[in-house]
Order: sequence, then structure tokens, then C-alpha cells
Amino acid sequence: MSLKIENLHANIGDRQILKGLNLEVPKGEVHAIMGKNGSGKSTLAKVMAGHPDYVVSGGSVTLDGLNLFEMEEPDQRARAGLFVAFQYPMEVPGVTIANFIRAALQARLPQGGELDAVEYYQHLYEKMDLLGIDRKFTSRAVNEGFSGGEKKRCEILQMAMLNPVYAVLDETDSGLDIDALKIVSQGVNAMRSPERGLLVITHYQRLLDYIVPDVVHVMVDGRIVMSGDKTLAHKLEANGYDWVEKDIAQTA
Amino acid sequence: METKPDINIDRSIGDFHYDIDYEFDAGIGLTEKTIDYISDVKKDPDWIRAFRKEALRKFNSMPMPTHWASPDLENIVFENIRYYLSQGTQPKRSWDDVPEDVKRTFERLGIPEQERKFLAGVEAQFDSEAAYSNIKAAVGDQGVIFVGSTEGLQKHPEIFKKWFGKVIPTGDNKFSALNSAVFSGGSFIYIPPGVKVKHPLQAYFRINAENFGQFERTLIIADEGSEVMYMEGCTAPKFETSTLHSAVVELVALKGAKIQYITVQNWSANVFNLVTKRGLAHEEAEIKWIDCNIGSRLTMKYPGVIMKGRKARGEVISIALAGDGQHQDTGAKMVHAADETTSNIVSKSISLGSGRSTYRGLVQIGRHLKGCKNNTECDALLINTESRTDTYPAITVRGKENACQHEASVSKISAEQIFYMQQRGISEAAAMSLAVNGFVNDLVQQFPMEYSVELKRLIDLEMEGSVG
Repeated sequence: MSLKIENLHANIGDRQILKGLNLEVPKGEVHAIMGKNGSGKSTLAKVMAGHPDYVVSGGSVTLDGLNLFEMEEPDQRARAGLFVAFQYPMEVPGVTIANFIRAALQARLPQGGELDAVEYYQHLYEKMDLLGIDRKFTSRAVNEGFSGGEKKRCEILQMAMLNPVYAVLDETDSGLDIDALKIVSQGVNAMRSPERGLLVITHYQRLLDYIVPDVVHVMVDGRIVMSGDKTLAHKLEANGYDWVEKDIAQTA
Repeated sequence: METKPDINIDRSIGDFHYDIDYEFDAGIGLTEKTIDYISDVKKDPDWIRAFRKEALRKFNSMPMPTHWASPDLENIVFENIRYYLSQGTQPKRSWDDVPEDVKRTFERLGIPEQERKFLAGVEAQFDSEAAYSNIKAAVGDQGVIFVGSTEGLQKHPEIFKKWFGKVIPTGDNKFSALNSAVFSGGSFIYIPPGVKVKHPLQAYFRINAENFGQFERTLIIADEGSEVMYMEGCTAPKFETSTLHSAVVELVALKGAKIQYITVQNWSANVFNLVTKRGLAHEEAEIKWIDCNIGSRLTMKYPGVIMKGRKARGEVISIALAGDGQHQDTGAKMVHAADETTSNIVSKSISLGSGRSTYRGLVQIGRHLKGCKNNTECDALLINTESRTDTYPAITVRGKENACQHEASVSKISAEQIFYMQQRGISEAAAMSLAVNGFVNDLVQQFPMEYSVELKRLIDLEMEGSVG
């Protein structure tokens, strides 16, 4: 049981960004992808989610054996258990967080099913408390006028409510001060479970002090070029990404 | 999100009709004879008969306003329309006395149920005349009058005559002239000084017949310091041929009175909806139009307030949704005619498919006035690439100590926004609906609860099938 990416190729326009990426996140584990800006980290998240701007030109992604690319619409993939916490989440003017998450949960019910409003709010408040989000937030429009940190918390709140099988967290640490980082990490750690796989995308090692990964992968130019345990993150931090590229050049 | 079976039931909510034997039928076409027929049936006093005939002359002499309005107006064939159809002019006070087919119609539309739940009074008009009209005893005991226009004219001539046609002159526009010639039905409301009607009064306008024109005439007078909320709903079945709905609504708010007039129309796509609505606000009075236009082939409607007394307030809150092939030509008129008057216009329109929405706003503040303020906001949302929106503001502010603020925006729902919502598991269609509901959310909040729920459902219905 895993999130399995095999030989993934993807383009935006004429530009190839993912060039044969292989990665497997078994259920119950937390993996991290580290890489320089422009290495294709965010593209990976968007391609998996089904962003319309990207074209998959080869390879596959499976969720517990289920072929993701056979599901055309992003919402089908989401309902199959994939969640992406975005680096830059969109604003949805006029739609409150409470209504938004409710609509997302409602979409997962069988036809004619109704969400119990009391239970829903209990559950929502519980998760909000965990993430240190003020109750007033429920009536604010999704991401509208939010600070960077508020947006990230709101993403993790959605993840906690939607309970995905596999979640990709794209640069969740960017824009967070240290206190916010601790709270968000706490929220993510609370979601670690033998029933779930997490893929954390980050530029800096800092986040991985709080969300300690089982495996660290290094991404260069659209491929995973190196994998190792959590100490790899420290090595990268100490030596910089150039070290990886030199190292690959030597072994090649 | 709404589930499918609900939607299918809702879709047909207004789209049905019964074959009715009409006792009174003025026939097809419009001549002086048509007017005499209507006046005879309604036992009009002579001054009304003369008023109608004068209006007919004006109607015939006025050109179609196609130099600024939609050329689609030329497709109205006045000779083919039936101008008066009824089963009698006396509305019933009890649903039990309403003829079976008519009663069935309103039951299907949920009117008697709403009346029991939250209304202070109801008038239900079927084609040309009210079939039912009643107010709760407690409200009637306060001296509130809520009857049809015919009954108002007959039983309360002293109030009726004083204000009728005074806010909107017959020749204001071609369609107000038409209404003045053949008007029938609509509400006559009088609220005595200081009376605050707690629950809304509601009128429901139902067109049942094909090739028909509905011309209700509403006159609401809120005496000094009184308050009233009036709501109207309208539906018609979908016919092959076009139907004409051309109402005139006049509001008079005397010193310190407050009138809120709420419209939620859900016309079928064959209806020409050409309505003139205006209020006269005296000193410190407040008139607020909350107007929601969904459906119809072409709607032209610009609710207005003439602020005649010092510190009067006018407000228009409007939501228009132009579905595929529809044109919502709406807006507001604010005429500041006294010092320290304030007005507010918030208009939001949504265009779907080949739908077109037009905003026309007129704001006038005279040279000799001071301390007047107007705020205008109009926002348009386009859903598809062929959707269209236009804005025609006409603002005339003279004098030195007046302030006017106008903001307009046009936006599209971005693909990124839809993708984001879809990533959470929400289908593309549901995401569109959610975004549209979000766009109008701040305005929907101003509707009474029962209506805001209805409104959201109507928007979801219109959104269905607009994606893909």
C-alpha cells in the first residue's frame, strides 16, 4: 500500500519539467522532497492533483494501486484520497471556510446523504483548536485577506477535516514564523498514522526538525537523484545543493 | 451541495399550467374597446376609465426605446397579446373558496404554507386578478390595509386617488403608459402612522395563460413613522410564445417611514419583464429596494428613489443572473431632491453562457443642495467566454458639499480557483455554484432567511448545465 510514482514525465507548454521521476511513499511513512527552486517540486504536486496547465507525457502515479491518471477530474482524485496543501492557496471570495469545508465533505457523501451540522461544527472546532485557529475564522471567506501563516493553517485545517489517505504538503513552511511553524507542524504530526502517507515538499531543512521524515529525497531537474534518512537533510543544509550535483557528477 | 433528485423537482417548480375556463377575457389585441371591457368588468369609476384611455393614447404615441434599449423589444407583438383574463374580480379570503385549479397552482408553489409559517399577509394573483388576499387579524386590527388594486380603488378611494400615478407619471416610459392603460391586480397597501408591521406582507404573481400580458399595479403608502416589508415572487410556465409582464410599482414613505420592497423573480425564459418601480421618500424616510432578477428573456428594471425630504434615504440592492440567451438590463435611479439625503446602490450581476447583463445607473444631485451622498458599487461576474456585461452609469452631481462615489468591477471565476476547489473534492459544477454564491453572498445576507435559502437554490439551478 503506497503512493507510487513511476517514471513520471510532465510538461507545461513546450517545457518539460518532470523528467522520469520515481518515488514511493508507503502508507504510514512521512517522506520529504528537498530541492532548489525550479527543480520541479511544486510541479509534482500540481501534476498529481490534475492541474489543467500541465500535460503528463509519460509514467504513472498510483494510490494503493489505483491509477490516478485514469481519473480525469481533480475532484475525482481528491475523493480517491489525495490531498494537496498548496504553497499559494487560492482565495475563494464570499465562501466561508465553514461552508467550503462542508461542501467538500458533502461531496464525499453518497447521493442524498446529509452532513449532520452539529457534529460537523464540533469536529471543525476541535481541529481548529488543535491548530490554534480562532473560532471567528469559520465565518471568514477562504484565504481572503489572510496572512501567509493563516493561509497555511487553513490548508492544514482542510487536510485534517478531509482526512486524506495521501497528502502532499507543498512548502508548508514558507511564510511561517517559528511559532506558527511549531503549531502547523504539530497539526501535521497529529495526522501521522499507519493509515496515511505524507509527502512533505520543502526548500529548507528547518521544517524537518519539526516534522521528522522517515525518508528524505533530493530532487534535481525533474528527477529524484538521491534518497536517504533524515540525516540527509542536515547534510544538504550544511553543504548546499551544489554538493548533491557534484556528488552525482562523480558517481555518474 | 444540493443532491440531484431535489434539483430535478425544483427545476419544474414553476413550469406547469392548468387549462382554466376564464369567465372574463378581453380577447386579443389592444384598442379602446379592450379598455372599455376591462373598465366594465372592474366597474371602474369614470376617472380611472379616462385615465386608462389617456394612457393608451400615450402608449400608442411613444416610440419603442430601442435607441438605447435592446432591439429585442421589437419582437413584442402587441396585437397578439391577451390583456385581461380572470375568473372574477373578487379575491377570496380563504384558500377553501379559491377555485380548485388556481388553489392547486399556489399550493404547488408553496404559498399557503409560507403564509402559515412567516407572513403577515398574502395576496396571490393568477393572471389578471388576485385569487386570494388576506392578512392576519392582528395586522388588520392595527388598521393596515392590504388588498388588491381594484379593491383599494373601490374601498379606499380617498387614499388611492391621492397617490395613484403620482410617483410614476403615466408617460414616464412606454411600458408605464401601457400598464396605466390596462392595469389589473397588484397590491394596495396602507400602513397607518407609527404602525410597524413585524412580519412581511407577500404578493405572488403567477402567469398561467399563453400569449398573455400581466400588468399589475402596486401602490404602497407608509404613513408617518410606520414600517413595512413587502415581498413579491413571480413565476410563469415555459411557453413557446412570449409572455409580457409589465408592472408599475409606486411607493410613498411619509415622514420617518420605512419601506423595504423585496423581489425574487424566477421568470421562465419566454417572459419579457418590463417593470417600472419608484419610491418617494419624504423627510427622514427610508426606501430600500432589494431586487433579485433570475430568468426571463429580457428584463428591464431600474428601481428608483426620489428623496424629496431632508435626510431621506434611498437604497437599491440588486442581484441579476443572466442565463444563456437571457438579457438582464437592470440598475437603479437615485434622485436627490433635498439636503442631506443619502443613497446607496449595490448591484451584482452574473452572466452565464451567452447571457448578458447590463447595469444602468442614474444619480442626480441638484446644484442648490448640500450634504448629499451617494455610493454606487457595481460588480459583474462573467462565467463563460461568450458571457457579456455592460455598465452605463449616469451621474450628475452639482453643488459643492455633495459626495458621490462610484466603484465598478468585472471579474471572472479563474481556472485556478476552480482547480483549488476541485482539489478538495468538489465537482466543477458545484465549485462554480459555490463561487457564484460567494460572489453575491454579502447581498444575499440582506434577504430574509426564507428568501436567501430560496435564492441560493435558484442560483444553483441556473448554474446547472452552464459548465462543461
